[in-house]
Amino acid sequence: MSETQPAAGGQNDPAPAGGPDDERIKEIGGLRQWLIRPELGGIVGVITVFIFFGFLAGDSGMFNPQGILNWSQVSAQFMIIAVGACMLMVAGEFDLSVGSMIGFAGISIAMFGVVWGLPMWIAILITFVICTAIGAINGLIVVRTGLPSFIVTLAFLFILRGFTIFIPQTVESRTIIGGIEDAAEGDWLASIFSADIMQWLFVLMAEWGWIDTFTRGTREGEPVVTGIPMLIVWALILVVVGHTILTRTRYGNWIFAAGGDAQAARYVGVPVDRVKISMFMVTAFCSTIFACCQVFEFGTAAADRGILKEFEAIIAVVIGGALLTGGYGSVVGAALGAIIFGVVQQGLFFAGVENSLFRVFLGVILLFAVILNTYVRRIITGER
Amino acid sequence: MSDPIVKMVDIKKHFGPVIALNGVSFDVKAGECHCLLGDNGAGKSTFIKTMSGVHKPTSGEIMFEGSRMNFNSPRDAMEAGIATVYQDLAMIPLMSVTRNFWMGREPKKGLFIDFDKANSTTMSEMKKMGINLRSPDQAVGTLSGGERQTVAIARAVYFGAKVLILDEPTSALGVRQTSNVLATVDRVRKAGIGVVFITHNVRHAMAVGDRFTVLNRGQTLGTAARGEITPEELQDLMAGGQEMAQLEGSLGGTV
Repeated sequence: MSETQPAAGGQNDPAPAGGPDDERIKEIGGLRQWLIRPELGGIVGVITVFIFFGFLAGDSGMFNPQGILNWSQVSAQFMIIAVGACMLMVAGEFDLSVGSMIGFAGISIAMFGVVWGLPMWIAILITFVICTAIGAINGLIVVRTGLPSFIVTLAFLFILRGFTIFIPQTVESRTIIGGIEDAAEGDWLASIFSADIMQWLFVLMAEWGWIDTFTRGTREGEPVVTGIPMLIVWALILVVVGHTILTRTRYGNWIFAAGGDAQAARYVGVPVDRVKISMFMVTAFCSTIFACCQVFEFGTAAADRGILKEFEAIIAVVIGGALLTGGYGSVVGAALGAIIFGVVQQGLFFAGVENSLFRVFLGVILLFAVILNTYVRRIITGER
Repeated sequence: MSDPIVKMVDIKKHFGPVIALNGVSFDVKAGECHCLLGDNGAGKSTFIKTMSGVHKPTSGEIMFEGSRMNFNSPRDAMEAGIATVYQDLAMIPLMSVTRNFWMGREPKKGLFIDFDKANSTTMSEMKKMGINLRSPDQAVGTLSGGERQTVAIARAVYFGAKVLILDEPTSALGVRQTSNVLATVDRVRKAGIGVVFITHNVRHAMAVGDRFTVLNRGQTLGTAARGEITPEELQDLMAGGQEMAQLEGSLGGTV
């Protein structure tokens, strides 16, 4: 029975596995430590993309104020939905109904606010309530049935898109509803989705000659970029709030736990079901914010908005270092993934490259990101 | 010795037509390691789950510190001071040691987790258990199986467990790691915690046990104190005597 006696010390034993002070565990080098940060892929990607387009499209206006505004807005759009998708993926689930939810929310605002004539702020609030409730239903079905969220939300992808076309078609005999700008005129809630902020700064910068002004037309003398769109502000707010919740709070710890190993989390009293359902609601909430920004910018709502957005959100999240299997990921990483997206999509346009190549790029980068993430996961968990 | 912390009297548990436990009596006192031995299918898992509040017994009494207890959920049992360390579901490999250690009971400073406190406490508690962490940010996945068990045990002890249920903590471990876990059990016992050590390995049980109870086909076959019983007798009880004796004979007494 000698082998069962507590062994003391024995540093020179050819021990089968690492105990305390194991001399065979190498110190982790700085580089390796860095490599296991989820944001690494995103940071490298962003730098690469900027250098690449700096050469390819540097003189095309991509990096003048209008150009920057252009790709920042596109990136911010991706960012808004990526934040929700990221937190949900860390909690171990997917939402494929993001795109349909965007279309649905837009039509909902238009129906309540324009067709049925409610004040715009009420229409917006109703839409937020309906959409987050649908998110909760998504989550509830996933948690109660134990089905993969892939299937459940795929069902909602079709259900929501169907209603998004059916409702305006039946009521109004059309699937594009305009007149939103007029209906939202002076509405306090609508303006926090559509306003440009810090306009004074841009006027000032125009006076200093840092940015161009219009030289003709009705807006002569005004700066070409009038302010920072609320779209970008919303994106940044969501990233900061999402990142803080995920990394610094108790709830964030539970989100990681729910995705890392739901059963182990339950054993220590983490309310896994509640956490997962709430993350479905967050995803729906982010989709609704996206829809609001889009609707009030365009002034119209259309039933075909948001198609394929769910995949773009998921790709941004994966580029940002999250694992598809849950339990690991970063909101900042997802935001970097969104920037890569926006810059490449608009950069190809500025560089005059055929736009269809964007899809090729998406596929390639997705593959690279997943391979890198799998490798990183092995380092973290010490699998071989 | 003192009165038992947990005393379970004639526990029966039926799952529909299946009788999983048919009259099990068991108790554990402060500062002792009570080994529960049984072969696969003897009802060990059902018994642990009854003790830790996952299952409610069909009949029988659970006494906790002298008064009758009715646990409705694992949470109830945890709050009373019964902590269970499951064999493989104790830790989340992708998360850091600190995050695992505090999971479900994260210390807060305002809205946020107090990481200074969480990290330093984790480091010092792990040191007490004889594990020097490289850093509290180290992912649990990088620890060995034995170390993971130890983190789980340290966590239970830190959060004030009076009774620690260990579900086959050594069954998947190598020799050296097993020694480490058994040393940890010894340390915990000396701190005055009652340890329920579930195993089917007689050698491991003999190494740390103060008392031994054998479970066979849903029934307890009696409890023996250390020194009153030999490993061979325990082995026989566990396997149901006769056949095992023959089998053992044919294998030259090595099982």
